[in-house]
Amino acid sequence: MIKIEESTSAIVSEFDVFDDWMDKYNYLIELGKSLPLIDDKYKTENNLIEGCQSRVWLHAEFDGTNIHFTADSDAVITKGIANLLIRAYSGHTPQEILDSSTEFLNEIGLTQHLSPTRSNGLLSMIKQVKMYALAFKTKQGMS
Amino acid sequence: MNIEEIRADFPILSRSVHNKPLVYFDNAATTQKPQVVIDALVDYYTNLNSNVHRGVHYLSQQATMAFEEARVKIRDFIHARYSHEIIFTRGCTESINLVAGSWGRANIREGDEIVISALEHHSNIVPWQMLCEEKGAKLKVCPIHEDGSLNMEALAELLTNRVRLIAITHISNTMGSINPVKEITRMAHEKGIMVLVDGAQALSHMKVDVQDIGCDFYTFSGHKVYAPMGIGGLYGREDVLNAMPPYQGGGEMIKSVTFEKTIYNELPFKFEAGTPNVGDAIGFGVALDYVSNIGIEQIAAREHELLTYATERFKSDPLIRIIGDAPDKASLISFVIDKIHPYDAGTIIDQFGIAVRTGTHCTQPLMDSLGIQGTIRASFAFYNTREEIDRLMEAIGKVEELFL
Ligand SMILES: Cc1ncc(COP(=O)(O)O)c(C=O)c1O
Repeated sequence: MIKIEESTSAIVSEFDVFDDWMDKYNYLIELGKSLPLIDDKYKTENNLIEGCQSRVWLHAEFDGTNIHFTADSDAVITKGIANLLIRAYSGHTPQEILDSSTEFLNEIGLTQHLSPTRSNGLLSMIKQVKMYALAFKTKQGMS
Repeated sequence: MNIEEIRADFPILSRSVHNKPLVYFDNAATTQKPQVVIDALVDYYTNLNSNVHRGVHYLSQQATMAFEEARVKIRDFIHARYSHEIIFTRGCTESINLVAGSWGRANIREGDEIVISALEHHSNIVPWQMLCEEKGAKLKVCPIHEDGSLNMEALAELLTNRVRLIAITHISNTMGSINPVKEITRMAHEKGIMVLVDGAQALSHMKVDVQDIGCDFYTFSGHKVYAPMGIGGLYGREDVLNAMPPYQGGGEMIKSVTFEKTIYNELPFKFEAGTPNVGDAIGFGVALDYVSNIGIEQIAAREHELLTYATERFKSDPLIRIIGDAPDKASLISFVIDKIHPYDAGTIIDQFGIAVRTGTHCTQPLMDSLGIQGTIRASFAFYNTREEIDRLMEAIGKVEELFL
């Protein structure tokens, strides 16, 4: 399994290729369209993330070692962002996720580029990812 | 109207965004400020700043005069009878809260009803919800037709003898519909029902005459009429305001204070506790002068022309659905693009340096009733141009290419 840092630096270098933000969006849209579909039964109120202009559902499953994320949104760009987060964090242990840095989003320019209301959606997604990690870690510790 | 000269009056219109000339189509959220308004603020703080109504010294008297002159300009602009019928507030939201907190608390009782419309902004919903909750009163919502115009038959049916107040917007910020507020006031007053008109969207687009409308309250924000943010007003009929208890306590609103008893000041000061926003009030007056010099009728005509042009262009794109096409409509278009989320569209349109609003526009109940997640809204001011509308169409073309 590759490390979170390896995935995130791969993502950063993919974005480095584009000079123009329109091209970056184009790429995010491609990522959005190719996000594996979430099972409809997971598009619940519970999995809905607050603070986004569009609706985002984030579902997490824990196999005892690693967390697996799936996500969906009604907006394609948001799906693209979710795709990036899944690539970075899915399939890792709770501890790895908790220890990881979100600096790569700054390096891509996502946090500065998306206006606060929009990046709130992004930040809420990250917060939710970390919350899941914390919850599963606690659960792991108890069993 | 020389559009080049007018655009030159608004310095922000010549800046660029994402390396493209700015196209500002978010005028329903706030309008841009002409240089004369910006200058008025600088001049106030450079030459006149001091507290009003308090000092005998020269500056205080000059500032007081300028402040009160601004009140007179607002009176003239909305054709109120007296300048003391104009209360300065932070804006439309505060004005509505003032009426709910003062008139509402004194007059609404358990079992009473307040009627609003399905078009209302959160600012004209939440204060009434809070009041109704406190008093055990009921909030009733008048439905609209599919085109965004008010269902007047339904309104007539809602006006039972339990209703004490209708609070209704003059122009919908989401669908653009212009409500027949004069007719609504006539219907209400026949039954002894009070009327508050939310004029936030109206002042910049049409001639407003509160005496002709006949309403009891009219609320507005300066920043939506080319004036600074943080200043707005409440018009209330003299007899109505006189009968109302004060809203906030403090300085300025009292005549005499002992620890036992306070005698309240007269109108309008009774409702203006604390140091008012003098500089912005003066800027508000200057903005209204600016609008009057161009002529509100001329502005309305130009905006109508822009609306007609944009509507035609939008209708030629089969993927666009316009939300709201009431026969009587102000210069804004809410729309959705088939199968494309407003957030996605707005993000790309922004890349073209075009400012449009996406989302629910603070009218979430309206969006829910229309069964949509939100819209994209382009709202035009007289300083906008056909070429800018063409640029929006170009951006929409790109959006469709990217997402479909
Ligand atoms: C119809 C309507 N009412 C009330 C408001 C609230 O105005 P403000 O935020 O300036 O108080 C707005 C502003 O968007 C509006 O469009």
